[in-house]
Amino acid sequence: MTVAIDRATGKRRGDREPKSGLGRRLRRGYQKHWYAYAMIAPVVVVLGVLVLYPLAYGLYLTLTDANSLNTARTIGVNHIDATYEFIGLDNYADILWGDTAYDRFWSHFIWTIVWTALCVTLHYTIGLGLALLLNLKLRGRTFYRLVLILPWAVPTFVTVFGWRFMLADGGIINSFLETLHLPTPLWLEDTFWQRFSAIMVNTWCGVPFMMLSLLGGLQSIDTSLYEAAEMDGASAWQKFRYVTLPGLRSVSSTVVLLGIIWTFNQFAIIFLLFGNTAPDAQILVTWAWYLGFGQQPRDFAQSAAYGILLLAILIVFTSFYRRWLNRNDQQLAI
Amino acid sequence: MSTTTAETSAAANKEDSMAPAPRKATKRGESTPAVRLASHGILITASLIALFPVAWLVFLSLGPDKDDYLHPGRIWGKMTFDNYTFVLQETKFFDWLQTTMIVTLGTTLIGVVISATTGYAVSRMRFPGYRKFMWVLLVTQMFPVAVLMVPMYQILSELQLIDSYLGLILVYCTTTVPYCAWLMKGYFDTIPFEIDEAGRVDGLTPFGTFARLILPLAKPGLAVAAFYSFLTAFGEVAFAATFMLSDTKYTFAVGLQTFVSEHDAQRNLMAATAVLIAIPVSAFFYFVQKNLVTGLTAGGTKG
Repeated sequence: MTVAIDRATGKRRGDREPKSGLGRRLRRGYQKHWYAYAMIAPVVVVLGVLVLYPLAYGLYLTLTDANSLNTARTIGVNHIDATYEFIGLDNYADILWGDTAYDRFWSHFIWTIVWTALCVTLHYTIGLGLALLLNLKLRGRTFYRLVLILPWAVPTFVTVFGWRFMLADGGIINSFLETLHLPTPLWLEDTFWQRFSAIMVNTWCGVPFMMLSLLGGLQSIDTSLYEAAEMDGASAWQKFRYVTLPGLRSVSSTVVLLGIIWTFNQFAIIFLLFGNTAPDAQILVTWAWYLGFGQQPRDFAQSAAYGILLLAILIVFTSFYRRWLNRNDQQLAI
Repeated sequence: MSTTTAETSAAANKEDSMAPAPRKATKRGESTPAVRLASHGILITASLIALFPVAWLVFLSLGPDKDDYLHPGRIWGKMTFDNYTFVLQETKFFDWLQTTMIVTLGTTLIGVVISATTGYAVSRMRFPGYRKFMWVLLVTQMFPVAVLMVPMYQILSELQLIDSYLGLILVYCTTTVPYCAWLMKGYFDTIPFEIDEAGRVDGLTPFGTFARLILPLAKPGLAVAAFYSFLTAFGEVAFAATFMLSDTKYTFAVGLQTFVSEHDAQRNLMAATAVLIAIPVSAFFYFVQKNLVTGLTAGGTKG
C-alpha cells in the first residue's frame, strides 16, 4: 500500500497549480473538483462521524476521569447526567509514571513488542519456507496449498476454541506429552506458557496469509533472472540471496507492515484464548479493552488513553518504516 | 520450524535442476529423489499441523458428553450427531445466523458501494487534500480497536444504536472501508484512463463514466472488496462482543462463547456449533481465495 500511494502521487507530481488568491482558488477548486468531492463524500461522512469524531471525543475522554459510574446513562426511565471532571494529562502521567506503572503499562508494553516481533518473524520465515516449497513443481502441491491455508479459511473465533480444547489441562496435547513422559505445562494457566501458547496459536493462524502472498511474489519473479545468475556461476544460496530476496522485496515490505499492524492489534486470539483470566498475557489492545469493558466499574478514561498511546506508537512506527523503505528505494535508484 | 531446511532444499533443488539443464523454463522444479522426499516430508508435516486443530474440533463435536474432550478415546464407541440436532433445535443458532447475515451482508453492501466511489475518486482525480485524504485512509487501517471502542460506545449509546444491527454495520464499515478504498484504487489504476476520456468525449458526466463504463470493468476488484468485507465482518469479535447486548442479537463470534460460562462448559455443543459455522464460511473462502490473495497484495506485487 505504501507503494501504491507513492506511485499514484508520483504520476502527477509535476503539475502543481500556481498559487493564487484564496477566494479564487476555492472557487476554481470547487468548479474543477466538485465531483471528486461528491464521490468521496460518503466516506468522508462515515469516517468523519465514526472515526474522527470518536477520536476527538476519545481524546477528550482521556483528559477526564470518566468511568461507568459518572458518565451519562439511562437506567430504566431515569436519565443520569454525566458528572466526570476534566483532569488534564493525569491519565497519561498515571499510566506512564504512576505508582504501579510497570505492572499496568510497561510489562504489557514489553510483552506486546516481544509478541509482535516474534509472531511476525515466525509468520514470515515459516511462510517463506513453505512458499519456496510450494513453488517447486512437486506432485500434489495444489493439495498441499489447499490444506495449508485451512487455518486462514476457518474463522479465527472457531479455530481458537479448537486450540483451547487441545491446550486444556487434560486435553490432547498434554495427554500426548504425558505418554512421551515429557513435562505437561499448564498451557492456559501458567504465565510463561500462556504467552507461549498465544504465540503458537497466532503463528498457526497467521502463516497462511504470508505463505500465499510470498508465493504470489515468488511466481512473479522473472525466470530469466535465475538464468542470468546461473550464467554468472551463482550458487544456490547466492541465487536465493541476490535474486529471490530482492524479487520479493516489494511484496515483503507490504506484508511485513500489514503483519506488524495486524499482530500489534490482534484482539481475537488473546481475548478468546484466555478471556479475562490471564492478566499477564494480555497485550496492550486486550488490556485496554479489559480496562474499559472487562471490569467493574469500567474505566473509560484510562482505556481511551491506552488506545491513544497505542495509536501513537503505531503511527510513529509506520512513518519510520516508510522512511526506511524510501531510503532503500533511493539507494537502489542511484 | 523448518525454515532453514526449506530454504536450502528449495535452493538446492534449483541448483540440481539447473546444472545439467540447457532450458530451465521446463526443467526447474524437477529435482533429485532425496530433495523431493524431504520437501514432501516437510509439506506433509506442515499440512498435518494445519489440519489437526480443525479435524480435532470436528471429532470432538461428535462426542455426546461435555467432558469427552478429556477422554477422546471414548468417543469412537459412541459417535453421534445429537450435538448437531440439539444445537439446531434448542439453541439460538438461527437467531445468531440471522444477526450475522444481516450485519455481514449490510457491511459488505454499504462498504463496497462507498469504497468504490472513493477508490474511483482517488484513482482518477487529483483534488486539493488528496494526499491528506490518502494518509487518513492509511492511518485508519491501523487503528487499534481500543482507540475507538470507548468513544464509539458512548456515541452509539447516545444515538440509541447500541444493540442494533445498524450500529454494528456502521462500526464495521469504518474498519473495512479504508482498506477496500485502497484496494479499489489499486484496481481502478489498472483500467486505462483513455476509457474515461472516451466516455467524457461522448458526453457522459463523471458520474456517468463511473457508473456505466468503469464499474462494469471493475467487477473483479469489487468482488475482492466484497469478499474482504464479508470475511472481516464475519470474523470480528471485539466490537460484536461489546456492542451487542441481547443474546438473540449475538453474532456467531459472540454466541459461540456463551457455551462456556464460569459454571458450566458445554464443550460438545460448542464444538458442534463451531463446525456448523465453519463449514459454509470455509467453503466460501476456498471459493474466493485466489482472487482474495492477489487482490490483498496487489499494491505490493505490482510495485
